[in-house]
Amino acid sequence: METIIREDTPKTPYVKLDGEKGLVEIKGRSIPENSVEFYKPLIDWIDEYGGEPQDNTIINIQLEYFNTSSSKCILDIFKKLELLFKKGFKVQVNWYYEEDDEDMFEAGEDYQSIINLPFKMIEMEE
Amino acid sequence: MTDTKMGFNLEEWYAHKLQGEVILKYAGSISPEMITHALETIEDSPLLKKERLQTRKKVYNVFVECMQNLYHHVDAPPAGLSVGGSPNFGIAALVHDGSFYRVTTGNFILRDKVNFIKDRIEQLNSLSDEEVKMLYRDILGNEAISEKGGGGLGMLDIVRKTGNKLEYFLYPYDGEHVFFSLDVYIS
Repeated sequence: METIIREDTPKTPYVKLDGEKGLVEIKGRSIPENSVEFYKPLIDWIDEYGGEPQDNTIINIQLEYFNTSSSKCILDIFKKLELLFKKGFKVQVNWYYEEDDEDMFEAGEDYQSIINLPFKMIEMEE
Repeated sequence: MTDTKMGFNLEEWYAHKLQGEVILKYAGSISPEMITHALETIEDSPLLKKERLQTRKKVYNVFVECMQNLYHHVDAPPAGLSVGGSPNFGIAALVHDGSFYRVTTGNFILRDKVNFIKDRIEQLNSLSDEEVKMLYRDILGNEAISEKGGGGLGMLDIVRKTGNKLEYFLYPYDGEHVFFSLDVYIS
């Protein structure tokens, strides 16, 4: 599968979708006015990946800021990967948050409460 | 500007909202470019740079949600407004006000939206912190994203992140328009 890399912008995150490695990476800021436009191609990619996934899929989410419309799109990504997990594939979410950033920690907890995927909360020192 | 209607003076309102240390003030068209620029100003603020990460991030996040709420939901202002006739007209300010940071927004809405906004804010203000968290999770997990991408979470996120009640006022302006003033305090 084609690897997708999107460089970051002031309002959108760095994204790497690597089908060979089974890796989904989202880093930086996700605060676009139109989140659906940004995330739709990424969600489509994950859909396609789901047809021929690796045995292990890792999702690294390391966001500094994200807005509420992105939060729905990120949930959609998790939901797609939850389908793989239900089929018996290994899926691991690594949720990174900065030390002292309680809001980002809670955001990770929100997703954990909604999605049935193994979640690892990883604190990063400032 | 001298925009006074039905006892509401826009100029006086704006001047009143700029009391304190002003980090950012803006009156005009709310566009994605304007929001990007405003966010850069906030990030460069020496005052905010001195704050702890948690506060800095809360201010930034709350400001993003306030501005994107404006961007997605403002109605066109009344004709003949001296501050400009952009259909996306809004006012935004970030002020260090005593021990708080305050994000203030002001915009015109059509009268038929008044009850919706009032009910929504009153409902959010009536919830406990735990109820806010549960409602947030419920909407995040269950409701489909709107065409505008809002998902109905913006205001809720603001209340959750600040832990404070939303302070608002709806000033009747003319037969058609009401001026919606919103203050969000971040401690």
